[in-house]
Amino acid sequence: MAKQMHKTPMLDELEKGPWPSFITGIKRLAQSEGKPYADMMKDLLGQLEHSYETRLGYWKGGAISVLGYGGGVIPRFSEVADKFPLSSEFHTLRIMPPAGMHYDTKTLRKFCDIWEKYGSGLIAFHGQSGDIMFQGCRSENVQPAFDEFNEMGFDLGGAGPAVRTSTSCVGAARCEMSCYDEQKALRECINSTLDDMHRPALPYKFKFKFSGCANDCSNAIHRADMAVIGTWADDMQVDQAEVKNYVKKLGRKGIIDQVISMCPTRALSLNDDDTLDVDNRSCVRCMHCLNVMTKALKPGKKRGAAILVGGKRTLKVGDMLGSVVVPFMKLEDDEDYEALVELGQKIIEFFAENALEHERVGEMIARIGLGTLLEGLEIGVDPNMINHPRTNSYVRIDGDDWEAEVEKWNERKAAAAE
Amino acid sequence: MHPVLVENKGNWKWHDRPQPGVLHHVSYSGDEVWTVKAGTQRQMDVYTVRKLCDIADQFADGYVRFTVRSNIEFMVTDEKKVQPLIDKLKAEGFPVGGTGNSVTMISHTQGWLHCDIPGTDASGVVKSLMDELHAEFIREEMPNRVKITTSCCQINCGGQGDIAVNVQHTKPPRINHDLVAGVCERPSVIARCPVAAIRPAMVNGKPSLEVDEKKCVCCGACFPPCPPMQINHPEFTRVAIWVGGKHSSTRSKPTFHKLVAANIPNNPPRWPEAADVVKRILRAYKEDAKAWERVGEWIDRVGWPRFFELTGLPFTKFHLETWKGGRPALNASAQVRF
Repeated sequence: MAKQMHKTPMLDELEKGPWPSFITGIKRLAQSEGKPYADMMKDLLGQLEHSYETRLGYWKGGAISVLGYGGGVIPRFSEVADKFPLSSEFHTLRIMPPAGMHYDTKTLRKFCDIWEKYGSGLIAFHGQSGDIMFQGCRSENVQPAFDEFNEMGFDLGGAGPAVRTSTSCVGAARCEMSCYDEQKALRECINSTLDDMHRPALPYKFKFKFSGCANDCSNAIHRADMAVIGTWADDMQVDQAEVKNYVKKLGRKGIIDQVISMCPTRALSLNDDDTLDVDNRSCVRCMHCLNVMTKALKPGKKRGAAILVGGKRTLKVGDMLGSVVVPFMKLEDDEDYEALVELGQKIIEFFAENALEHERVGEMIARIGLGTLLEGLEIGVDPNMINHPRTNSYVRIDGDDWEAEVEKWNERKAAAAE
Repeated sequence: MHPVLVENKGNWKWHDRPQPGVLHHVSYSGDEVWTVKAGTQRQMDVYTVRKLCDIADQFADGYVRFTVRSNIEFMVTDEKKVQPLIDKLKAEGFPVGGTGNSVTMISHTQGWLHCDIPGTDASGVVKSLMDELHAEFIREEMPNRVKITTSCCQINCGGQGDIAVNVQHTKPPRINHDLVAGVCERPSVIARCPVAAIRPAMVNGKPSLEVDEKKCVCCGACFPPCPPMQINHPEFTRVAIWVGGKHSSTRSKPTFHKLVAANIPNNPPRWPEAADVVKRILRAYKEDAKAWERVGEWIDRVGWPRFFELTGLPFTKFHLETWKGGRPALNASAQVRF
């Protein structure tokens, strides 16, 4: 006889309302009699209802991996296995998605087939690090499930103190604001650091994220140890005829209120003939005016990215934003992308050698100072790296050191002028 | 990836939004693509995934993409297919929206369904909130886009949001001294504490840890490496609401979210008290903010006194920043608002 469904009055409440319900989905799996996962999902629902009743979680970690890998599987063992034995093991396989999270349905259907065979039938698109999360696998099925995903060309993502799975925005694939090839940058950076993803040996996690412009649709600045955020170094492109159309549509007051006054650096003004005047030297490439007037304005032609390091979430000292270490890196030809990959590797290397255990890049910078990191990366300082110079007067400057630094600045300026 | 996206990669000219839930991109080559965006429950069963695949095969040449906030996007090259696709998605229970100035899908974490340290559920909170905010998902009536995040512990994997619904532990961890020596690497637990409140101790003749409860800020950072230091509690694990987080460098620089309401009950299965605060903030923002102002930018303009007045939320001593780097959060000027 088929195993009975547990009573789930609280979870049943989550089947009401207009938004798609994950509970309805899990129930569908639990009621797929004859499928290998049906009874496991019944007990999963039982455990989840138990969590809702008692307001506590009941999963604990462990150590599970696949051959040749040190991470990428999130082991979950139930602490209430006596009550819900069939979902006592409910591991997640983190699988790296394609950059931009584009799929054809053939791939998605194959994922479903594999996960019906070895797992629970429950898949999350996607986790906060970008992974496809295949949730709910018994220990003995982890290896065969991974083998089939691997056969399809997919690989495990990161977990633990490792390079993590990465995300990019939709980027050049479908966005006119894109300032570089986000998909290429992601693939090349990740492919070159796979060892550090699959064999966790870093002080703590390391995340790359790629956004094509300052709108930062991949949420890189708060979430990535190395954020690659698209920008341009020449003048923005303006189609004045289209600007006039926007003035017609929104009115002069509309344009002044919604575009001109909202420019953070007062770099815009509306001319008497309804064309736009742009002070490109003051423009910080924030994207606001481009977002409002999508037909009239576009990034410049000399495109690339700003590189910021040290963004992270709360644990343990609070959130940190990434800080600029490279204000502009041209990303046009293969050599440029190689330089990006090299920079990523250098940052990871410095992090591996200098961070304390369980310290993120941002915390390391707070401890050692940005100057020390820049020296390690052999990058010269740039005023684009700061909001303002120091305000604290207690700084030791031995006379000759100052002159030596001035010399470096002059050399860099001379080199840039060539 | 959809062949039209492959062909036009890096060659897009402009885009607009013909209606909520639909993006329209035009390439220099003259190709056009309409993207229809729909909300999902993120944790999907294979039947749901296959249903989405059927829809993609029927309308979108068999291609889809997901956004970082777990919305699904269908790309079509024939404008005539847009409305039938929208109708089909709606009929199958997938809300169409999430574009432009809407409240888009809430980014969230694993919660009781799968995390080992959660103080609340994530999928359940998000499902409950999105039911309440459904109308704002399918419309574009907000002053600017609104990104809501939830987090099921104080690590806040959910991220920065215009509005963030986060767990807040309110009592120090309760220690099972019998288990500490066997389970926890004591020095690394001690190192994990941001306020140095944890010390090694011998309890009942066994090596264990103790917490200086006066110092403890109840962050829960000790719990992941040392589960016998239980931080979660059915009553004392609460919910707090934060506002004004922003990732983009658009107009203003990126910002962190700020605490506005705390001590909200962690109340499954529908978390009505948290939803009320979220809706109250959204209502005030929708009525009072100017076009293009994100939640944090709106507050920057009107000021915090007005924020608390418009939302009716109380302002307490717990809103004051108290850690040693916190003075820049205080008003060091004679600029005041009445």
